[in-house]
Amino acid sequence: MTTEGFTVFAGAALFVLMLPALYRVAVGPTSFDRLVAVNVIGTKTAVLLVVIGTLFGRLDMFVDFALAYALLNFVASLAVARYLNRTRSMPEKKPAKRRAPRKKKAKAS
Amino acid sequence: MSMDVSDSFFGGFSLDFGFLAEASAEITHSGLSALDVCGMILASVGLVFFLGAAVGLYRFPDFYTRMHAAGKGDTLSSLLILLGFGLITLDDFSMVGWLLVVKLLAIVLFIMLTSPTSTHALMRAGYEDGVEPVTKRSPSTKNTKKEGES
Repeated sequence: MTTEGFTVFAGAALFVLMLPALYRVAVGPTSFDRLVAVNVIGTKTAVLLVVIGTLFGRLDMFVDFALAYALLNFVASLAVARYLNRTRSMPEKKPAKRRAPRKKKAKAS
Repeated sequence: MSMDVSDSFFGGFSLDFGFLAEASAEITHSGLSALDVCGMILASVGLVFFLGAAVGLYRFPDFYTRMHAAGKGDTLSSLLILLGFGLITLDDFSMVGWLLVVKLLAIVLFIMLTSPTSTHALMRAGYEDGVEPVTKRSPSTKNTKKEGES
């Protein structure tokens, strides 16, 4: 097995294994399931960029793309998590001992 | 090296064997380097971990269990695949190769820091939003379906 055959195989396997995550994005029961699957797909896209760069022999260019993609993926995931945390049904039906540490942490950060 | 890329794209496996034979005839004196073999092993183990993450993401009954599978498997498989391709790239110990490996290690460090962080943030958001875990008295499919409609 040569290096390039293995690289093609790794890229194809990464793409095929993204499909269950894509299924979870499509039919995920809650929105958080979709978010987890989107996060997984984004991380694997950064890895797939490195694989493509190895295949094309231009890894010096693609590794920057992968770094930027991982950064954007992290920021987007964190922002959507905070958004869903702030907006949806926070004040009612929560026990007070759950909300008190969260407020303290938000103030500290 | 770049000539074989189009062959393996368009030819599939039947052409792949010929190009493998050519390459092995070409490199009989040197063979695959030890770094290539180590990188392939690391990337294969990473693919196995990602298979676990994907199956867990597909089949687990609950948000928390899916998050468990996705967080751990995704982080470890990303680290292993990136390290493996870093080792595959590091054939010639030139300055550019070392710079590439340092950049790949930066991505590895970044993913290792941020993937558990985003997992934690999403998990806390889901818990405070009231996503119910699967318990033993409630059937799992009914519970998740009911959770999805609300």
